[in-house]
Order: sequence, then structure tokens, then C-alpha cells
Amino acid sequence: MKDTPLSNCERDFLLKAIEEKKRLDGRQTYDYRNIKITFGTDYGCCFVDLGKTRVMAQVSCELVAPKETRPNEGILFFNIELSPMASPAFEPGRQSELSVKLNRQLERCFRNSKCIDTESLCVVSGEKVWQIRVDVHTLNHDGNLMDAASIAAITALCHFRRPDVSIQGEEITVYTPEERDPIPLSIYHMPISVSFSFFQQGTYLLVDPCEREERVMDGYVNNTDNILY
Amino acid sequence: MAGLELLSDQGYRLDGRKATELRKVQARMGVFAQADGSAYIEQGNTKALAVVYGPHEMRGSRSRTLHDRAVINCQYSMATFSTAERKRRPHGDKKSTEMSLHLKQTFEAAILTQLYPRSQIDIFVKILQADGGNYSVCVNAATLAVIDAGIPMRDYVCACTVGFVDETPLADLCYTEENGGVSSLALALLPRGGQIALLQMDARLHQDHLETMMEAAMIACKGVSKVLDEVVRQHLQEASALSRD
Repeated sequence: MKDTPLSNCERDFLLKAIEEKKRLDGRQTYDYRNIKITFGTDYGCCFVDLGKTRVMAQVSCELVAPKETRPNEGILFFNIELSPMASPAFEPGRQSELSVKLNRQLERCFRNSKCIDTESLCVVSGEKVWQIRVDVHTLNHDGNLMDAASIAAITALCHFRRPDVSIQGEEITVYTPEERDPIPLSIYHMPISVSFSFFQQGTYLLVDPCEREERVMDGYVNNTDNILY
Repeated sequence: MAGLELLSDQGYRLDGRKATELRKVQARMGVFAQADGSAYIEQGNTKALAVVYGPHEMRGSRSRTLHDRAVINCQYSMATFSTAERKRRPHGDKKSTEMSLHLKQTFEAAILTQLYPRSQIDIFVKILQADGGNYSVCVNAATLAVIDAGIPMRDYVCACTVGFVDETPLADLCYTEENGGVSSLALALLPRGGQIALLQMDARLHQDHLETMMEAAMIACKGVSKVLDEVVRQHLQEASALSRD
């Protein structure tokens, strides 16, 4: 289903309000919306509310064969699902442009920044490594999915515990949580992304755009900074 | 590749260039007679081919037509023989789709799309040999192709990749430098107004160094724009000389 297009009067109203430094929800130009983080029952499950934008992240792990080019490093896999319940514009199945953009941004944010020690995920070099999979589901789209997804992903990764393994010769034993306590991942730093939107060829700048502001924006900057953990 | 010195004590890089030196640029416009605009560019060992069709009527999904401006459709692909190992999936994978999106974003900022409502401009770029700076070379090739097609643009779009090693920004990275764990920044610039069309950074960089890197990238892009301008003027001279005969 296609999203309803923005009417001209709504667009003009939004742009005029931004010129007068007013936002729809009464925030200042550099104000973020309220962030609320709740955790689920499993390790690695968390819900993030950024104003009305709601996303859920779930981390899971699996023992797999490593990549040939990197035999002693674990694998990190990110997947963001734009589910149709988040917005009428999201269609199930087809990988839209926004979904590719968000996926690549998440990959760049976490994998390229090397925030997780992948070498500690190696069990048997060249044969078995842990593959950590982060699935982010969007539950409600009210703008700025990238920031909400990055907060959800890093929180879920910090919350996650992987099963303990021991190697006896050729045998690998994976202990259940009842037998041995699961181990947290080794995280070097926490990357958090902050989004800015530009209006009127860069004259006005807003932080954390809501969905309406995103529709009228001219440009977009996403900045990911880290905090030492 | 441990111990590979990307910047020697005397200030020379792996291929003998200085830190701010760009690779040799050779370009040709109008390589295909069939397309509306085409260009071939070589920046060092990276070779790219760009082809432009348009503006023409919207093909495919009519619903994507914009009533007040043209839609720009970009496709980026790498030839299977372009990298050291044969590329199993030249297009359709996430990285290629992201590159295509970035190219589309860059050219939407530069092309005067308001002049062609309800139409479509196609830009196809193919990398024939990848030796670093893929996105930048694609943007430069596409700029020349769009100029060859006669589509009006606000300014040249010049792009360059800049890396950061030993407190020094290195302009125009090659493949070994890019994969050496160097933080790299790709910048697409409209040189006359100094406006940034696209800025993308991979890997970690301390925020104090960001200003220096951006300055270096802007200077490098302005250098590229001079070269592209010369190529266009020379092509025009040749074309007008031919038509006079």
C-alpha cells in the first residue's frame, strides 16, 4: 500500500514553522524525544521507544563454520526488518531502498567500527565460530528509525549472553544455561547514532526528525559516535 | 598484511605518491554512439564506465512519476573480473544497491531535475577494474557522462576518497590503503559553491581529525574538478573541429 502523499499546505506549514524555529511537538531544534528502553524475558531482547517510534531488537547466536578469509573471527550479522505494522508504506517481502540503507548503516555502525571483539567468538579456528545475529524489527515508524535501531542493537548486544563452550580434544561441548552461566559478549565501545535533517538548502538544522519532518527535509546527516565502555 | 607502511618517513606512499597527490586521471567522453551520454575514466588503476540515457519517458512503474521533476535512476555494478577474486554477484547485493542509492542521491542534488517533469534519467556505471575509490571514480565518470548527454547540472560533481594515517590525510586511496584498516572518507562536492552532495565515512576516526580530513577532501575534489573541466573542454574542441571539417 502506498503512503498517502503529503499535501502542499501541510508541507508549507511545516517549513514555515521550522523557519520560525518551532517544531510540531514543541521541541527545540536540538532536543531529542524521550527514549525508553525495556527488556524482554530472554537475554538479548530489548524494546526501544524514541518518542512514538518503537523498535525491537533480538540477538541470537549459532555455531557455524567461519568465513574462509577470516578463519579465527566470529561473524556478526545485522538485519533490520521494516514490518508493515510500522507504516502503511512498508510492504512485506520486497527489500525497499530504505531497508537497504538502514541495513548498510547498521552494518557500518557496528561492524566497521569494530565495537565487538570478534576474535573472542572463535571456538575452533577454521571450523567453528559463533555467529551473532541481531534482528531489529520496526514496530512503529514515527521518524528516525536509524537512531532507534542503533540504540536497540547496541543495548541488545550488551544484554545478550552466549552459552559457555568447552573443548576436549576434538569434541566441543555447549553448556545449557542451567549447567553453566552464559557469558556476555566482549564489547569495546558503544556506538550511538545521531541524526540531523536539513531544510531550505541547509539553512535550518533539526535533530531527531519525526516522520513529518523527514518527509519535507532536503538533506540528512547521520553521525555515529562512541562512548568508551 | 602486517607491517605494510602506508606512509614512509620521507612522506611517500606505497605507490610513490605524496600524501596530497591524486592518481593520474585519464578520461574520454562520448565512447558509445548509442547512448545519449557516455564516459570512460581511469583514475590510477581504477577504471569505470558510465552511460546516461535520458531524459525520456518514465519506463517501468508509472506510479513513480514525479509531477514536478525528473526521476533519476542509477545502477552501479562491478564487472566480475574487476576484483582480484571473481565477483560472484556483480549486482543486486546490498553493497551495490547502497552504492546505487548514493549515486542517485548525489546526482539528484546536482542535476536540474525541475526542467524535466514526469520523465526519467538513467545513469549506469560499471567498474571494470577496482583499485580503490570505487564510489569516487563512479561519480566522476557519471559527471562526464551527464555532461556528454547535455543534461544541465548546477556544477561538476567531483568526488574523492581520503584516508587518515599517522596524523596525515592521504588523498585518493588505492585498494591496499583502503583495506589496510585506514579510516576513509568519501566526499562528493560541487566545487564552485563548495556544497557537499554526499559525505560518507567508514571505520573509526577521532572527531578532532574530522575537520582536517574534510579540508583535505575538499582540496582533492577541487583538483579533480580542474582535470574534469580540461577533459570536457578538450572533448568540445575535438567535436567542433570534426564538425567544421
